[in-house]
Amino acid sequence: MLKTRVIPCLTIKDLRLVKSVNFSEHRNIGSYISAVRVFNSRDVDEMIFLDLDARKDGIKKWLLEEISKECFMPLTLGGGVKSLDDINLLLRIGADKVSINTSAIETPDIISEGAKKFGSQCVVSSIDARLIGGKYKVFSAGGKSETSWSAVDWAKEVEQRGAGEIFLTSIDKEGLMEGYDLELVKSVSDAVNIPVIACGGAGKLDDFILAIKIGRASAVAAASIFQYTQMTPRNIKEYLVENGIEARL
Amino acid sequence: MIVIIDYGMGNTGSVKNALEFLGADVLVSNNRDDVKMSSHLILPGVGSFGDGISNLKESGLANILEEEVLRGRKPFLGICLGMQLLADEGDEGGVNKGLGWIHGRTVKIRAGINKLPHIGWNNIKVKSDNKILDNIASNVFYFVHSYYLQPDAEKCVLATSEYGEEFPVVVNKDNIWGVQFHPEKSQKSGLQFLKNFLKQR
Repeated sequence: MLKTRVIPCLTIKDLRLVKSVNFSEHRNIGSYISAVRVFNSRDVDEMIFLDLDARKDGIKKWLLEEISKECFMPLTLGGGVKSLDDINLLLRIGADKVSINTSAIETPDIISEGAKKFGSQCVVSSIDARLIGGKYKVFSAGGKSETSWSAVDWAKEVEQRGAGEIFLTSIDKEGLMEGYDLELVKSVSDAVNIPVIACGGAGKLDDFILAIKIGRASAVAAASIFQYTQMTPRNIKEYLVENGIEARL
Repeated sequence: MIVIIDYGMGNTGSVKNALEFLGADVLVSNNRDDVKMSSHLILPGVGSFGDGISNLKESGLANILEEEVLRGRKPFLGICLGMQLLADEGDEGGVNKGLGWIHGRTVKIRAGINKLPHIGWNNIKVKSDNKILDNIASNVFYFVHSYYLQPDAEKCVLATSEYGEEFPVVVNKDNIWGVQFHPEKSQKSGLQFLKNFLKQR
């Protein structure tokens, strides 16, 4: 049986590990490399690592190399991916999957061409959404620019273009630790036939169960809960198993 | 020296990291002399079958590999797309001829109600004992794929996995191994698998 993945998501700004609330108020919470080492030693299912500065500063090859040398688990790298060359660079550095967000909104062909050249399995479409006037709208540029896309339409569009997975973050819930946006997760998961990773809002064990059972997420990602509580990915997976969800222990 | 074949298709970085962690002398290369000098060859790869095989053929690597692996009998490991390319033909991105080292076909997973790609950790079921599967503590490995290699000969299949249907995930013929999961990303079990491959002579 395929196991439901629990994925720590690490974000970097000014070369520090940061944690935000609703995509703002980025708080420095320490050294990224020690966080990477801890998660690797805890044998996590997978890790997502995003450099929030890369869109303006460019991709820092040395930084991603430093990370990937410590990771013997599946690794998604992202931040500032603008071209097929960037995707290739990240895969060569040690990424297994590459997360693409803003540049896909600007030039959707990066998804189609990336999937054709490198395979769908390594193209992760990262979608940031928030509720605006009763509709889930997609935002780009780190949550700063509202696009004309609804979350469901954009998810279908990237699927049709060959994305292999959707990394879906609720800007409204991000950092609050009050639970995932289940309606958002469910509407996107039901609309596409590719796996959806839910992110944004996990604060307690039951939040994960709800994202999987109600939201129908294929995988659950979180950040704050691992930084601000004693909870480990393993605690979460043990709880999933107790609740009848297959997980890797 | 282990040579990881660089044919523009891949997560060569993560395979190199894992082998270096095991203390192996590793080179990522597409150079003819390096391939000839190597003790072991690894063909990694994420990407599509059509692009993969044309890169191998156009660069002349397919011929050099044939020389070293089929005639030179060097231990060879194909990972993910690198395994799928061993087939006679593949269905991804139109029908394309493969290397044909393990007779069979690379086809799409009939996943039924499950989503594709098959991404994540899944169990493998060992069908036939082989040195490559020695001392593996946990049978859970990391997968990310939509296609698999179905060999014609059942005896080539060492292990299978299940996602909508049962399909081969470890294959072998003489000095040639293919693996659908990512040993380089499967933590302890994966590193043990690679260690077992390095022991092949």
